[in-house]
Amino acid sequence: MTGAAKTIIRFENVTKRFGKMVAVDDVSLSIEEGEFFALLGPSGCGKTTLLRMLAGFETPTEGRILIDGEDVSRIPPNRRPVNMVFQSYAVFPHMSVADNVGYGLLVDGVAKAERDRRVEEALSLVKLEGFGGRKPDQMSGGQRQRVALARALVKRPRVLLLDEPLSALDAKLREAMRSELTQLQDKVGITFLIVTHDQDEALAMASRCAVMNRGLLQQVATPSDLYEYPNSRFVADFIGQVNLFEGKLTVDEHDHAVVASPDLAAPIFLDHGVTGAHGTDLWVAIRPEKIALQKRGDGQATPASEGAPAGHNIAAGVIRHISYLGSESVYEVELETGRKVRALRSNLTRRDQEDLTWDEPVWVSWHAWSPAVLLS
Amino acid sequence: MSGTIRDKTPPGPLEYLRRWPIRTWLVLVTVYLYAPMLTLMVFSFNDSKRNIVWRGFTLKYYVAAFQDSDLITAFGNSLTIAAVSTVASVILGALTAMLLWRFRFPGKAAFEGALSLPIVVPEICMGVAMLVFFTQIVPWPTSLPWPLNLGSIIISHISFSFSFVAIVIRARLASFNRELEEAAKDLGASEWRIFRDILVPHMTPGLVAGGLLAFTLSLDDFVITFFTSGPDTTTFPVKVYSMVRFSVTPEVNAASTILIVITVALTFLALRLQGSEVRDTVGGH
Repeated sequence: MTGAAKTIIRFENVTKRFGKMVAVDDVSLSIEEGEFFALLGPSGCGKTTLLRMLAGFETPTEGRILIDGEDVSRIPPNRRPVNMVFQSYAVFPHMSVADNVGYGLLVDGVAKAERDRRVEEALSLVKLEGFGGRKPDQMSGGQRQRVALARALVKRPRVLLLDEPLSALDAKLREAMRSELTQLQDKVGITFLIVTHDQDEALAMASRCAVMNRGLLQQVATPSDLYEYPNSRFVADFIGQVNLFEGKLTVDEHDHAVVASPDLAAPIFLDHGVTGAHGTDLWVAIRPEKIALQKRGDGQATPASEGAPAGHNIAAGVIRHISYLGSESVYEVELETGRKVRALRSNLTRRDQEDLTWDEPVWVSWHAWSPAVLLS
Repeated sequence: MSGTIRDKTPPGPLEYLRRWPIRTWLVLVTVYLYAPMLTLMVFSFNDSKRNIVWRGFTLKYYVAAFQDSDLITAFGNSLTIAAVSTVASVILGALTAMLLWRFRFPGKAAFEGALSLPIVVPEICMGVAMLVFFTQIVPWPTSLPWPLNLGSIIISHISFSFSFVAIVIRARLASFNRELEEAAKDLGASEWRIFRDILVPHMTPGLVAGGLLAFTLSLDDFVITFFTSGPDTTTFPVKVYSMVRFSVTPEVNAASTILIVITVALTFLALRLQGSEVRDTVGGH
C-alpha cells in the first residue's frame, strides 16, 4: 500500500438492527484499493452482516455505504460492482463449469465469443483449464470453490467479497488455498474483502484486518499490529493466546512505567510510558512465546530479567502441565501466587522437550518491551 | 444374489436378501401386487364370452374395443381431461408451493393446512360437493361443444390434484440452497432470470413427479368424475364401470390392458427423459 492509495469502500456510521438485535453497531471503516482486507471476529459478531450489506443482501438501518464514492446503500445486489464467493460456494448444480463461470456475463448480455474467451481466461486464472465441460458434482470441494472464484472474478468486480471461503476445506487444502488466494489477488489486482472467524487465516492472508465483536469494530490494523499492539482485552485474547494480568499503575514516567498486579509477586516493568492511566485499573498482556523459562534450584538467588531492573518481570513457579505440539511445547506454570501462566517454547533441538518436565520448579520472566498495556 | 458363482459363505449381518424369509416375503409381495393385473391382461386374450375359464387365444376383443365408439370417446375424454388438468395443476401447484416456501403472510398455517384438505377429505364427499357446486352455484352448461363440455370435470380434477403437486414441489423446494439464488442475483440476474435459470431447474424433478401424479390421479379417478360427468362427458373409468354393470366381458379387460400399457409407457418415458436431469440436480449440494 502506498500513500496514494485510493479509498474504494467506505462504511459511514453503519448500523443494522434485526428487530431488537443490533447486528452491526455504528461501524465506520474505509478500505483502500488493492487491499486484502479481512473482517475477523467470533460467530455472531456482525462481520457477515457487514459483508452482506456491502453485497446488497441487507440494507443498513442507519448510515451509508459508499463504493468509489457513490452511495450504494439502496442499490440492489445485481447492480453493484462487487461480486461474492459464498460460503457454500453456491455453484449452480445443473450447469456445466463453463456455464457457471459465464453466467454473470450471460445475464449482462456479453456476446458469446467474448464470453467464451473470458470464461477460458478466468478458468486458467484459477487453474481449472479444461474443466469447462464438467458438471459440479464431478468435482471436489476445492475445485468447486475455484469455480465460484472464477465465476465472481470473470465479472471483473471492483471488490471481491469472500464469505468464510476456506471453512469447508480440510486443513492441508486450507493452508494451500491461503497462499493461492493471496497470489491470485496479487495477479488480478482486485480488492479482496474476506470474512473469517479463523484468526490464523486472517493473519496469514490479509494486509489489514478489522476485528469485530458484538457488532462493534474493535480494532483495525495490520496483522502484526493486531498481534503485538492489541487495543483491548478482547483483541488480545481473540488473536492468538495471551496471559492477562489485572493491575494498577504505580510508576508512570515518560520512558518507563511499573504495574503492580496481585497475581504476581514482583511488579511488571514496562520500557515505555502509559498516558493518563495513573491509579486506574488496567491489564497487562504478555504472549506465551515472549515468556522465558529457566530451571530454578533450591536456595538459588532470583535471576535478573532482561531489560528490567532487578526484581521486576520475574516470578517463581512450578510446571503443572506440558502440551507437546511437535514444533513447540506449551508449558502451564503455576506461580507462587496461585496464578497460572502459559509459556511457549520452540523445540529448537531434538532434545529440547526433555529439558523441562512436569512439576519442575522454574523461573518465568519476560523482557521489558514484551508486555502490552490494555485500558479496556 | 449371483447366479453363476455359488456363494457358499454364510450371509453377512446386512445381507438380508440372501436369507430365505426375506426372499419368500419378496416373492409373496410381488405376486400379491402383480397377479391381479397379469390375470386381467391374460384374460383380455381369452376366447370366451364369460370371463372365467380359459378357452383359447384371441384378439377379437381388442378389435371390438377399438370399434366401440363410446369406449373410444370415453378414452379420448379421459386423456384430454388428464392432459389439461395436469398442465393446470402443475402450474397452480408450483405457484402455490413457491408462495408457501418464499413468503410469510397472515394465515399461512391455515392456508397450508387447507391445502391438504382435498387429500384427506373422502372422495365421495368431494364428489357430492362438486355435484352441488356445478348444479347450484356455478351451473355448467351441458350443451357446450367438445372439449368445453369437459370443463366441470377438468376443474374438479384440478381442485384435488393441484394440492398433491403443491406438496411434492414444496418438499423439493425445501432442499433449495438460498445461496444459489443470492449468487445469481450477485452475478447480475433479475428476479425473472433467477426463477428461469436457477429455481425452475431445481424444481424440475418435483414438477415431473407432480405432473405424473396429477396425470394418473386424473386418468383413473372414478368417484369425483362420476358425480360431475354427464351423458355426453363419460370418462374411461366411468364407461368401464357401466360396462361391468352388465357383464365383465373380455372387452373390458382389453380396454383396461390398453390403459395400463399407456400409463406404464408414459411413466417410463417421463422417467427416462428426466433421468439425467434428476441426477444432475440431486448431485451437487
